[in-house]
Amino acid sequence: MSVKKKFKGLSDKAVGWLFIGPTVLLLLAINIYPLVYAIKMSFTNFYANKIGREPQFVGLKNYIKVLNKEAIWEKMQVTASFMFWTLLLQAIIGLGLALLLNRKFKGNELLTTLIVLPMMLSPAVVGVFWTYLYNPQVGLFNYVVNFFYDLGSFDMIGSSTLAPWAIVIVDTWMWTPFTMLICLAGLRSVPNYLYEAAEVDRASKWQQFIYITLPSVLPFLLLALLFRGIENFKMFDMVVELTSGGPGSATELASINLKREAFEKWKTGYSSAFAVILFVTIFGFGNVYVKVMNKIKER
Amino acid sequence: MILLFVSLFSFSVNSNAKSITLGWAAWDPANALQELTKEFTAETGIEVNFEFVPWPNFADRMLNELNNKGKTFDLLIGDSQWIGAGAVYGHYVKLNDFFDKEGISMSDFSPATVYAYSTWPKGSKNYYALPAMGDALAWAYRKDWFDRPELRSEFKKKHGYDLGVPANWNQLHDMCKFFQGREIDGQKRYGAAINTERGSEGITMGVTAAMYAWGMEYENPNKPYDMEGYFNSPQAVEAVEFYRKLYEDCAPPGHSDAYMVANLDAYKSGQVAFQMNWYAFWPGVSKEDSDGRVSGFFANPKQNVAAATLGGQGISVVKYSDKQDLALEYIKWFARPDVQQKWWDLGGYSCHNDVLNSPSFPTSTVYAQGFLDSMGIVKDFWQEPTFVELMLPMQEAIHDYVVNGKGTAKEALDKIIAEWVEVFEADGKL
Repeated sequence: MSVKKKFKGLSDKAVGWLFIGPTVLLLLAINIYPLVYAIKMSFTNFYANKIGREPQFVGLKNYIKVLNKEAIWEKMQVTASFMFWTLLLQAIIGLGLALLLNRKFKGNELLTTLIVLPMMLSPAVVGVFWTYLYNPQVGLFNYVVNFFYDLGSFDMIGSSTLAPWAIVIVDTWMWTPFTMLICLAGLRSVPNYLYEAAEVDRASKWQQFIYITLPSVLPFLLLALLFRGIENFKMFDMVVELTSGGPGSATELASINLKREAFEKWKTGYSSAFAVILFVTIFGFGNVYVKVMNKIKER
Repeated sequence: MILLFVSLFSFSVNSNAKSITLGWAAWDPANALQELTKEFTAETGIEVNFEFVPWPNFADRMLNELNNKGKTFDLLIGDSQWIGAGAVYGHYVKLNDFFDKEGISMSDFSPATVYAYSTWPKGSKNYYALPAMGDALAWAYRKDWFDRPELRSEFKKKHGYDLGVPANWNQLHDMCKFFQGREIDGQKRYGAAINTERGSEGITMGVTAAMYAWGMEYENPNKPYDMEGYFNSPQAVEAVEFYRKLYEDCAPPGHSDAYMVANLDAYKSGQVAFQMNWYAFWPGVSKEDSDGRVSGFFANPKQNVAAATLGGQGISVVKYSDKQDLALEYIKWFARPDVQQKWWDLGGYSCHNDVLNSPSFPTSTVYAQGFLDSMGIVKDFWQEPTFVELMLPMQEAIHDYVVNGKGTAKEALDKIIAEWVEVFEADGKL
């Protein structure tokens, strides 16, 4: 029997399900089921390493414990600060680079390729080699800083004041190209006749930027920041390799703390509650952000 | 053709059945064990596959494997602190019957190592491992620098006693500080590479070397898990303050997240006069002395009492293994005194009394006497099943105080006790 004949009797809806069925099943198995299971676990005192100990229902105890724990709020503050500075810097530098590369000049393609290189590296590798760059004795970073302004020996990842900046710098170095690429796509979608009309109306370059370029590129920039925001909220590998969350807990982001609670202390119930809280937080923020972004687009 | 296929298939099944897998950390002694094990394979025909995991991931990898009842490993050389979890959660095979049957006596092994690596509950006669690798935290120093007359006389003039193996932690600090920032042979040198690592257990292993020497106890000996006034006693606080002073005054720049490898690197590259590290590394350090570098070694200095941080591991049979019989055969072979002697000769640290009590042992290497001294004074971190939960808050609080300079030593220790109380309460111990 030919394939054509075999599927002849299927309706369009059935064929549609045939195509999306495997994806839906996969999604249910690796996303939805773990999520539902984690929510269920978050109401228990389950420890995954305590074999034979049946989990008991504890109601909202884990949620109350997470929300009342001072250390958790410290990690959330560290995460918020990390997100704020990385997003701000990546927005400004990314847009600036996009504006630069939107111009036609010799070597444009080569420069674009070089700028994009950091985001192609593995975050764990980036974390490891920046520990060498930050080394106070032989690190290139310290050498360059001292070349311009003599600060003497300073330890970027050993100081609680500098370590948060150390991770912000590395993330900005690595992911600004992403923001830049999205912004560049936005810039290239702006029709030329808008600028030509502005020229006819004798608008200055600054006015062209404010009234044409920025509104056109803003939805793209916001989209890039949404992606970066979600990624940085769950940032883990680069920071673990770079600082292990230290010194002390100066760079211990929420995701690092969650991993320690879940897979080192094996407090499965507690960490599930923490994970659900983080999920709701990012989901809530994400939704509000998308609504704001859509409103900006509509303007 | 069918016969050929069947015979080939059965050969393959047999060859698989005659192999076991041993898991350990990736470090020098593991290579020595691999070398030693060739003799086991030659004698028994049992192939031993090795999986060595780098130290920073060792605990995560192995404990996840055990918690998931994994069958990857038949034998595991697990850290001393895991013995509680191994026994309580049933990850390790209890070896008493096997020892009795094979005539393996725990009295043939150093008592401190049996207590630390094999027993649960502590000090009981329940054995879950054979002491495999004795170890303790100790110190190496640049003997060639110490022997220089100009440095010796300058030091004596300044401190009134000879530059040499420090008799206590105060002297250690004096000596470390003496070398801090000093130019030797045209290069800037520093005092000591000490443990400051945040991620796994590094800074805890380092700071406890000082705390034990100051006389710290984890709990009231008459009231288990009563830590108030013991773990945060004035002596313990003083020791933690001292460790911070040692870090601030004597560590090389950038040594803020350093453990075994980083300490070795700092020492081998000629940056520091001292390094804190495990005995396991001394054969390599000693062997690699070159370009005028001569290393000396000494046990952890005493302060109020003589004490050293315990390292080392026992070898256990994994309960989930399908090849427990072969794994036990390996343990039987490894327990033999002649094998233990070869183990020491190859760079492993035997815990067998025949090896340790041999008249030639103290002079067999430059670090042998120190090892003997250390193994008599070792103290270990909690070996409770919840040891990781106990380790993590200590890592965070001590790193926050020593490296980050946040708060006071007393506050750090109080914070740790508060977290530990929570852990013991959740575990039903309090």
